Amino acid sequence: MQDKVKSPMSSEFSVIGTRPVRPDGVDKVTGRARFGADLNMSGQLVGAVLRSPHVHARIVKIDTSAARALDGVKAVVTQKDFVSQSNATTNFGEGTLNLMHTVTNVLAGDKVLYHGHAVAAVAATSSAVAKQALKLIKVEYEVLPHVIDVDEAMAPGAPLLFPDMITEGVKPAPTTPSNIAKRIDIVLGDVEKGFNEADVIIERSFKTAPVHQGYIEPHACIATVSEDGQAELFVSTQGHWIVRMLCAKLLGWDINKIKVTAAEIGGGFGGKTVVYLEPLALLLSQKSRRPVKMVMSREDVIRATGPTSGSSMTIKMGATKDGRIVAGEALLKFQAGALPGSPVGPGCMCAFAPYDLANVKVIGYDVVSNRPKVAAYRAPGAPISEYAVESVVDELANKLGIDPIEFRLKNVAKQGTKAAYGPKFGPVGMAEALEAAKASAHWRTPLGKNQGRGIAAGFWFNIGGETTVSLVLNEDGTLGLTAGTPDIGGLRASLCMMASEELKVPLEKIRVQIGDTNQLGYNFLTGGSRSTFSSGMATVEAARDIKKEAVKRAAKLWELPEEAVEWDAASGAVRPAGPNAGKHKPMTLVDIAKIAGKTGGPIVGYSRLNAHGAAPSFACHIADVEIDPETGKASIVRYTAIQDAGRAIHPSYVEGQYQGGVAQGIGWALNEEYIYGTDGKLQNAGFLDYRIPVASDLPMLDTIIIEVPNPVHPYGVRGVGETCIVPPLAAISNAVSMATGVRFAELPMSPPRILAALDKARAEKTAKM
Amino acid sequence: MRYEAPETIEKACQLLAAEAGHARVLAGGTDLLVQIKTDVLDPSVVIDIKKIAATRTITSDAAGFKIGAAVTGAELKEHDALKAAWPGLVEAANLIGSTQVQGRATLGGNLCNGSPAADSVPALIAAGAKAQIVGPEGRRELAVEDVMIGVRKLALTKGEIIVSFTVPARPKHGGDAYLRFIPRTEMDIAVVGCGVALELDASGTCTAARLSLGAVAERPLLVAEAGRALVGTKVDAAAIEAAAAAASAACRPIDDKRGTKVFRIQVAGVLARRTIQLALDRANGKTGATH
Repeated sequence: MQDKVKSPMSSEFSVIGTRPVRPDGVDKVTGRARFGADLNMSGQLVGAVLRSPHVHARIVKIDTSAARALDGVKAVVTQKDFVSQSNATTNFGEGTLNLMHTVTNVLAGDKVLYHGHAVAAVAATSSAVAKQALKLIKVEYEVLPHVIDVDEAMAPGAPLLFPDMITEGVKPAPTTPSNIAKRIDIVLGDVEKGFNEADVIIERSFKTAPVHQGYIEPHACIATVSEDGQAELFVSTQGHWIVRMLCAKLLGWDINKIKVTAAEIGGGFGGKTVVYLEPLALLLSQKSRRPVKMVMSREDVIRATGPTSGSSMTIKMGATKDGRIVAGEALLKFQAGALPGSPVGPGCMCAFAPYDLANVKVIGYDVVSNRPKVAAYRAPGAPISEYAVESVVDELANKLGIDPIEFRLKNVAKQGTKAAYGPKFGPVGMAEALEAAKASAHWRTPLGKNQGRGIAAGFWFNIGGETTVSLVLNEDGTLGLTAGTPDIGGLRASLCMMASEELKVPLEKIRVQIGDTNQLGYNFLTGGSRSTFSSGMATVEAARDIKKEAVKRAAKLWELPEEAVEWDAASGAVRPAGPNAGKHKPMTLVDIAKIAGKTGGPIVGYSRLNAHGAAPSFACHIADVEIDPETGKASIVRYTAIQDAGRAIHPSYVEGQYQGGVAQGIGWALNEEYIYGTDGKLQNAGFLDYRIPVASDLPMLDTIIIEVPNPVHPYGVRGVGETCIVPPLAAISNAVSMATGVRFAELPMSPPRILAALDKARAEKTAKM
Repeated sequence: MRYEAPETIEKACQLLAAEAGHARVLAGGTDLLVQIKTDVLDPSVVIDIKKIAATRTITSDAAGFKIGAAVTGAELKEHDALKAAWPGLVEAANLIGSTQVQGRATLGGNLCNGSPAADSVPALIAAGAKAQIVGPEGRRELAVEDVMIGVRKLALTKGEIIVSFTVPARPKHGGDAYLRFIPRTEMDIAVVGCGVALELDASGTCTAARLSLGAVAERPLLVAEAGRALVGTKVDAAAIEAAAAAASAACRPIDDKRGTKVFRIQVAGVLARRTIQLALDRANGKTGATH
């Protein structure tokens, strides 16, 4: 841990930058905290989902009569029970939204599009009855040819998932349908001109496997709908307002009918920003008039909830002898899964973002195939495209004989850099992160036998968005803070600290909760690394609201004009603004709370805003790997994540985000993949063979927090939760390449793949001798 | 589904033999219960053998050890004499699953689950363990390498149950080891597993050697050729290399989600070399960390 951020960096702050115990900590370590599956209601039914045994098939007929007739079955639903939706796509948060696709992923319509696609759902008095009921649902399928691989899905003659899919973003529009949902083009300058100036050009193709977010808590919810249509839903989600909106739209209900409460969440990483079980639970509850609880199995989670895209990519970059990158070109083909909506858009935008380049050309394709529909995963798209680019950047530096950090510094994005995707950067910390990497002890430590060291840069935009926070001053001067963005990574602690800093009220005098959808105005979800930024901004505004009100109340009590009373930040009290205002004893919030009743009633700070000015976070990671040359196994032996936090409100949770992103990146780089048979069925739908890292796979993941404050946020906050998963893929690939002398361009770098590459290199070497 | 927990082995065999439907024996349940919950198996009766004393005890005499089939990995680890005599076997049983799983998982269950990748089985085979079987026809003994005949297929007839395993006493200059290859560091299943037990005379010449491989064929293999490559040698580099080559040659793996055929054959040789070396160090009284 860094001492630098362990204690406040300057006398400017007394709370921010310290490491207090989180307010939700005790409940979590004692098991008292209620996660998605922890709530039970009397009379509840068990909801269960029938899933497709086929990879691609037309649904000829669904006969639910035998299931309905079974004793103990209280409701059965199919897609016909939902409102029909139009096939329109709108921008939404970090991605897009198409309600027809949403409902089709909740329950299949005329076709099943992947193995495990939900087809029908039942509610029954026990899980045994529910299981039996699923077996009694007769579905007649007409099996269709399938396609899994992205390149095969794009090839002419590939089985089509949607006979009417015409690629968007191509002019003139194609006349024949394909599996390509969309093409994206980003152009800056003139890459042809740039490549003409290059002394060295490297072009390489890459493949990455789709990976699952791997949250430990499976999707779970419980819904209850009363006879007059008032619905309550308790669910593990990253955004309960989003769940409310999606359910209301799919069911055709008014939004005010549905109250959603966010459970504690056992990981989301983007995967809990969509709905799967929630509309089913509500509908089953409405039909059965009983509470309905639904919990996915791990197998269901892996088979039928969002991984992020696998990809096939080609990157071409050119540089001059003195180390200036003159052109960057990328072709990115992303698997969307069975329905359009891969993160190829942000993948395209982020690809070259760490660099100040004059000539960039990026083409992206969003491609459907018979796999589960992707969902957001931590910096959606960025780890994939930046992996490929950072691998080529590393190779360019090697070829030019320039130190990889120096090479990146020569081309680094900084304040004023115009990013290929449009905006000009404000103050950003990419150069600072690279300098910190260069200065780190890690970078200077010699490597051992069979070891390699790689570095990579990383970028993510971060977002703001709609946010509401309320802050109640209680009668005794304590405070109740209610935010609406689920706390995934220490949000409550961070919000509490910002309120405490602003009001000079001790942390333990502020109780913080995540409110339900009836308690606050609209909140966009926890995602895009927005919650500390946006809810933090709203918390500070709400606290300032309290201060303003305190001044008003003291002025009333002292019979002074408001401008004659001021808030003294040092003491956290209101006082007369000057000697002319009289000799009133300063009043703290405890004093103000006592006079609230007689000076105008309860005091509540409130903030509702659309948080603009989210600033990107840049990172540089250093990875050391050791290869077993006989088995091809790569072990991470040392790792340092360096990233700009803007300002670390609670450094431990910033470090926790960095470490978590790295751990997931290590899994992505080394072992995680979806393994399909030729039958199109996923073979590793469980944590035994879908290998996320276990604790003993990882060394201590070191972190260095850089602070280049975001000028728009009252405390300088940048989102930190996503950028940290961007650099590991390339940092590790570059390290493996250095350790083995073989350039790797495919993930995961699993032992069989590394051993095969080593054997090939050894055979070539022998042949040459 | 019925649950039975008889207190004698005879009663257990009767229940098993008499069941018209699908009967399964329950020891630790770390495989069986998962398979029932995920609809892989749907037995009509589950017969828990943990109430039968003989399945739950470890006894020893001059000839060696008798280990109950329902003794858990964690219990093996707590048995100092067994651990000193057959460290490879005890370690193999304690590579299975997590610490929690090791508190339930048993040697009998690991074998009778019928997976070619079971960690404790190559170690049992290398140690020369014999399964003590009771059935409607009485008692019999079967070498562990002959118990599993294919994926999920055992040489047990209807009504037969493995009560215990006998393992010989540790030879004077003997050593055993088990190593496996997994992509992670724990909580995983062997892509290749290798058990070795060998015995030296006073001069350091190998007088007996058994090498067994897991996850490289439809069942765990006893690679006699590899043993022969070591016997009569000082277990020098050339002998180890010959044994490793024999190990690779014995593999008949498949390409699957856990590894390719080529990878398994190659790594079997690597593991054979490493496992022989560790067993040799132990036979020579040198101990070393294994994982």
